Amino acid sequence: MESWKTNRFVFWVMSLPGTFWLLVFFLVPMSLVWIMSFGEKTGILTIDITWTLENYIRSTETVYLEIIWKSVWVSALATIACLLIAYPIAFAISFAPNRWKPWLLLAVILPFWINLLIRTYALIAVFRTRGFVNFSLEWLWDGANSILNFVGLGQFQLLGERFEALPLLYNNGAVIAGIVYVFMPFMVLPLYANIEKLDKSYLEASLDLGASHVRTFWSIVVPLTMPGIISGIILVFIPALGSFLIPDLLGGTNAQMIGNVIERQFKAANDWPFGSALSFLLMYATFGALALRAVLSREGGGMNA
Amino acid sequence: MTDAIISIRNITKRFGQVVAVDNISFDIPTNEFFALLGPSGCGKTTLLRMISGLENPTEGAIILDGVDTTGIPPNRRPVNMVFQSYAVFPHMNVLENVGYGLKVVGTPKSEIETRARDALQKVQLPELAERMPDQLSGGQRQRVALARALVKEPKVLLLDEPLSALDAKLREQMRLELANLQASVGITFIIVTHDQDEALSMADRIAVMDSGRVSQIATPEELYESPKTRFVADFIGKVNLLDGTVGSAGGKQITINVDGVGQLKVPLEGDAPSGEVAVAIRPEKLKLSSRKPAGDDVKIQGKVVNLAYYGNASHVFLETDSGLPMTANVQNDTRDFEGAIDVGDKTWISWRPDDALVLTE
Repeated sequence: MESWKTNRFVFWVMSLPGTFWLLVFFLVPMSLVWIMSFGEKTGILTIDITWTLENYIRSTETVYLEIIWKSVWVSALATIACLLIAYPIAFAISFAPNRWKPWLLLAVILPFWINLLIRTYALIAVFRTRGFVNFSLEWLWDGANSILNFVGLGQFQLLGERFEALPLLYNNGAVIAGIVYVFMPFMVLPLYANIEKLDKSYLEASLDLGASHVRTFWSIVVPLTMPGIISGIILVFIPALGSFLIPDLLGGTNAQMIGNVIERQFKAANDWPFGSALSFLLMYATFGALALRAVLSREGGGMNA
Repeated sequence: MTDAIISIRNITKRFGQVVAVDNISFDIPTNEFFALLGPSGCGKTTLLRMISGLENPTEGAIILDGVDTTGIPPNRRPVNMVFQSYAVFPHMNVLENVGYGLKVVGTPKSEIETRARDALQKVQLPELAERMPDQLSGGQRQRVALARALVKEPKVLLLDEPLSALDAKLREQMRLELANLQASVGITFIIVTHDQDEALSMADRIAVMDSGRVSQIATPEELYESPKTRFVADFIGKVNLLDGTVGSAGGKQITINVDGVGQLKVPLEGDAPSGEVAVAIRPEKLKLSSRKPAGDDVKIQGKVVNLAYYGNASHVFLETDSGLPMTANVQNDTRDFEGAIDVGDKTWISWRPDDALVLTE
């Protein structure tokens, strides 16, 4: 009997649904948006495709470049924060007893099963002026103050006259915190997969050869888990760069990202060609980054994920 | 022993309820090639890992060159290990791998290079210094692991099943090389293996382990010719074991009553045992003949049940007239052996009384 792997007919039938999906729901819409980015708005509802570059030229105006640049560094900071938090988590899960692992992984994925909107609103409840963080801080302030009063230092007002709520919401910090919270699983999972398959005898060999734990981490663990680190960075950075819901809800007016600008073009401003051009500008940058990564990993001796 | 480089004192290791190593004590002198031999799960690797510091003993102490190693982490012990998987770092080339152990302790760069190349010379890999591990064969990778450990000039080199991943031909060659290497570098080697041939051919002394305990520590010849227990006799080579009870003991001989065979005379060393014992005879010490042999040899009658041909020798599976199974190894020193004996043949089985041994445990 002919193996199904070598049977062309079976091959085509099996690849049909995937091809259909990619074609109809990805390539065709993307092409439409791409074509539209060369269009001109001629009326409220009409767009002419004139193959003008006007939209791209407009999108390189300082105001847009600034917001793109800000989106890049906000996403970069969030990605770095994600990596720093996720690495110890992935490491701990990988070294946890086997019967705990599924539960710990579940705990990482669980928030993911809850609607993004609900999770983001929940963060508002945490960060706002009368939110849970400030409540906790106020409680600590009260406690500390009563101790000071108790020991007779109350009259000096060492902690200020009254509790000042921290402005935690509607700034870049809130946006970064939101991105870190939402995209954390994307960082933990590739890292975990990589650390898990890392042969632990490499670590033992390093210790045995006289390296400290810290040295072993930097010289052995980090280089050998680099594929997971790079995958995690890409999986977090790219969607973070395009996020608009998180900056919209947590960022306020001063912490807008490029995603919000694009969204406005399609909705409030009703300028689809310009929105398309901005989208594709972001897309070109993403493709560029991925290509760079592919080149780098090829030079790195075939250590790609 | 006063010149012991390593002294294992009452070491016990428990993993939860499981006792992996059960109150083991022994000494290994400087410059010895020592083997820990036993079936899988006997605790030999656990013992090795405790020497390296990768595991901590539950009880007892390991004295290394006069220093109690309790609480000393692996990176500060003057012992190095060759791992079963070799654990050659895949992101470093051969030279970087070998130099790693020097680099992490702050050895000057120029010295690292010289010493690493020296070590590669010792394991006969000087020309592969710039290769990456994925360009090496299993045997070459093992040599890198060896060089990487030797370059640290450890007081004791630990080898965990070093030859198990190699093919048969290469394994035989590496046995000789390891033995020669040990003699030339003058470092104590402790090798863990489940392969008796490996242990017998390389080691100066062997500790046979069984269920977390040491059954016997002896030279290869002693282990083979004078095993102390049934387990050792059975694990090292093949053996015919005949159960019996002690009859009369007198002078340098003892008589053992074996069911269906009768009284067997066995030489006695030390005190006379009593009760249930076993008589052990190696298969190559049995002689087969169609006519009743003359002389003082022990002789019993039986028949050939099966034959296994191995080229240089044949294993003849026998059954005595009383139904006891026995095996004889017959050297095929003439080309017509197969014609001389056949399945179903009646035969006399005989051996010199001195070649049998009484085992009490």
